[in-house]
Amino acid sequence: MGKIIEHLEEATIRFAGDSGDGMQLVGTQFSDTSGFAGNEVNTFPDYPSEIRAPEGTLYGVSAFQVHFGKEHIHTTGDFIDVLVAMNASSLKVNKANLKIGGVILANTEGFDVRNLQLAGYANNPLEDGSLADYTVYAINMAHEIKSQLSDIDVPTKILAKTKNIFALGITYWLFNRPLEPTVEWINRKFKGKDDVVLANVHVLRAGWNFAEKHDLFQKQYVIDKSPLPRGRYRSLTGNQGVALGLVVAARKARLPLFLGSYPITPATEILQAISGYKKYGVRHLQAEDEIAGICSAIGAAIGGSLAATTTSGPGLSLKTEAMGLAVMTELPLVIIDVQRAGPSTGLPTKPEQSDLLMAMFGRHGEAPMPVLAAASPSDCFAMTLEAARIALKYMTPVLLLSDGYIGQASEPWRVPEAQALPDITADFATDRAAFAPYRRDPETLRRLWALPGFQGMEHRIGGLEKEDGSGNVSHDPANHERMVRIRAEKVERIANDIPEAQVEGEHAGDLLMISWGSTYGAAKTAFEKLRVSGQKLSHVHLRHLNPFPKNLGDILKRFKRVVVPELNSGQLKWLLQARYLKPVIGIGKVQGKPFKSVELENELKALLVEDEVRV
Amino acid sequence: MKTQIDELLERPHEGSLVHSAKDFKPNVDVRWCAGCGAISVLSPSQRLMPELGVPKEKIVYVSGIGCSGRFPYYMDTYGFHSIHGRALAIASGLKISRPDLSVWVVTGDGDNMSIGGNHFIHTCRRNVDLNIMMFNNEVYSLTKGQYSPTSHRGQITKSSPIGVLDDPFNPVALALGSGATFVARGHDKDRAQLQQLLKRAFEHKGTSFIEIYTNCRIFNDGAFDLYTNADTRDNHTIFLEHGKPLIFGKEKNRGIILDGYTPRAVSLEDGDYSVNDLLIHNEKDSTLAFILANMTYHEDLPRPMGVLQAIYREPYEARVTAQIEHEIATKGEGDLVKLLMGESSWVV
Repeated sequence: MGKIIEHLEEATIRFAGDSGDGMQLVGTQFSDTSGFAGNEVNTFPDYPSEIRAPEGTLYGVSAFQVHFGKEHIHTTGDFIDVLVAMNASSLKVNKANLKIGGVILANTEGFDVRNLQLAGYANNPLEDGSLADYTVYAINMAHEIKSQLSDIDVPTKILAKTKNIFALGITYWLFNRPLEPTVEWINRKFKGKDDVVLANVHVLRAGWNFAEKHDLFQKQYVIDKSPLPRGRYRSLTGNQGVALGLVVAARKARLPLFLGSYPITPATEILQAISGYKKYGVRHLQAEDEIAGICSAIGAAIGGSLAATTTSGPGLSLKTEAMGLAVMTELPLVIIDVQRAGPSTGLPTKPEQSDLLMAMFGRHGEAPMPVLAAASPSDCFAMTLEAARIALKYMTPVLLLSDGYIGQASEPWRVPEAQALPDITADFATDRAAFAPYRRDPETLRRLWALPGFQGMEHRIGGLEKEDGSGNVSHDPANHERMVRIRAEKVERIANDIPEAQVEGEHAGDLLMISWGSTYGAAKTAFEKLRVSGQKLSHVHLRHLNPFPKNLGDILKRFKRVVVPELNSGQLKWLLQARYLKPVIGIGKVQGKPFKSVELENELKALLVEDEVRV
Repeated sequence: MKTQIDELLERPHEGSLVHSAKDFKPNVDVRWCAGCGAISVLSPSQRLMPELGVPKEKIVYVSGIGCSGRFPYYMDTYGFHSIHGRALAIASGLKISRPDLSVWVVTGDGDNMSIGGNHFIHTCRRNVDLNIMMFNNEVYSLTKGQYSPTSHRGQITKSSPIGVLDDPFNPVALALGSGATFVARGHDKDRAQLQQLLKRAFEHKGTSFIEIYTNCRIFNDGAFDLYTNADTRDNHTIFLEHGKPLIFGKEKNRGIILDGYTPRAVSLEDGDYSVNDLLIHNEKDSTLAFILANMTYHEDLPRPMGVLQAIYREPYEARVTAQIEHEIATKGEGDLVKLLMGESSWVV
């Protein structure tokens, strides 16, 4: 019997199961394969902070969502088209987000009495008719694997761990995806473990064949290739982007790279990646604590390295005193904060944009520091280069904000030509006669980097206030005020050296949306949808938060109303109002979850309607 | 790949490498109190530097906060006066990234044993090649006289007007317990001995820790008199020398024997013991080092001074370098193009 083929513009699939079910792994594979197949992709791993939460529980559900399509894929997908539910709890916690008419691919083993009980189902939803609005594929995956692989000699123990791969095979059939990228990945990942390779490759194919042959499966979906620029692509998470960015920045500045970091969710992957880059000459220290992380980086900066430290909120709190030292000693340093929901331990695996004001002001004394924010996983790479550029050119610590969402999420990334990436300037003092530790470049106000080991420039600096020019310790009141102003002015002047803010939509008018960081995707999608429907709305996305782009004040003046969506209670709103004395409408969300684009669309629509009423 | 740092460091040293102590005295006033024990560490340091055969631009002093923190300003080398407790973390990053430098850390009992305690134990554990001079005056002086983690029980200070309730750290035992490879103790009243210890610390590859008793004239005057004054110190301290029996006393008439694992002070005059019965110091014996360190707060035993332990373990920064070299030798130097491409990529 022929199967129906339906063309789609985009789709969202969510793999959900127990923490130990391998959902992150198959989600990543589905995402990579969709990129390989030529689609735009955006992913979101959503996992509990427990490593292996008790099986079958609602709070132990681990999920990986993939939004893919032909064009305009800026978010991880508001609602789910296909839900892979390995147990009853994964259905329970995700059903609310499933589109009516969507597909549920359920592993019936995970819907036994115990699992139903843990999920709080009185009756089995797969059998009681409560899922009549959905297309349900209920399969006993273990049973099907066994019967499909009856002629293959692989230990049962290994086969028992392949249910996720079987489900992946079925989803590949559903979306007509090639198996080769995953087959290749299995071969690479389990190299040397022949049994494991054999089992997984066969189970992947078995999943596909099962769907192909079984009458249950009537409909396949096809998504056309995206009109992507030509080139070589790979999948990139934000945290990978930062790690690559640091290595590339050091090469482009012709400096050694040093990373001093302490493991913390959700930033740890950066430390892990860097620790494997020894053949690139990278030195790193997994420090005894967050403070030693940044302090060792400051030590490396004294010695002429491009130095970096990576962390998340609680770690940033611990680093604040040392950040002030880097401000005072005017040493280049890249600090990456992969934000998570706070305060305190907060929600370690959930994203938030709530460290902005801390990034701006969270140091004692007046200690201004450039602050940047990455918009997407691939932008983490670009903004890491930008952070290093500013740090080295202006001799200043720079804080780059990412968050748990873009840090862990992945998207296809067009691999840049390493050679074509611009060089980064890092100047050292070499003129002994003219040397003074705090003598400044009149234009940028930077001081020069004097390298220990370089003869004739022996000098002493530190956290005590410096005399302008000589760098000697000074308690002179007038000098202190002058130095406070110089440090502020130096950061302000960076505005001359960063791109102006770009307005999408009308250049002037009624409503301007300003987004920053990871809200880019949802904001951009909402903006595009409203524009298509004929609404008048403009959009600016900010990557430089301190200093702001030079033209931002003028842009704000040209709009009657300004709205800022952010994953906090109004921090950029606060900054804009304070800086430009213009009332800003805030759209805040603090649920440990990114915005859905539809949420923003609705909020913006309401604002636009309000305007019509007012007019 | 050659970096800008490599190129800058390639420039040959101009002029003579023979420095004198004067070359290490910058043109600034020393602002410690008159008679401060720290001053007694400064001149041996300035005198030692020319002996080392190291170009002075290769020497860096890093300090934390406290009276000791001022030390770098008084040495005409590269110097960094950092924040409270963090000198070791900063110095570690510097040394790991720049193994060519001779890095000295100047710290105090508050800076290093209290707020910086975590960095101290981990630096010792890693064995980063740093020379740590810890000025111990058993009090917080720069904040004007509160008790420190080495103050003794009952000590009267501004924050313990009725007496300290804490027991003190024994810094040399803490260093040994944390895995320090070179552990020594000196004091401010014997500059020649101190200079010798500093030299040994410099020569030692790996973390060198020297606890230096420095008298604070203002807030804890005389704390170490018993152990440092010429007329009492011989009877109350023992200077450890590798391979030699543990003899002490003004008349060299007393010694240390080991009774089981317990050291005991004995007389060499009453006929019960001779020099042949005495414990022989061995810097390479870590078990012995612990026993000696634990003599510290025993009233019946002389306080051990000198080198308690000097053993070799590959310094941390050398291991980092070796790992990089091994990776490059076996896998080839990292290629940015391949790095960016990652494990799997595709062409559109």
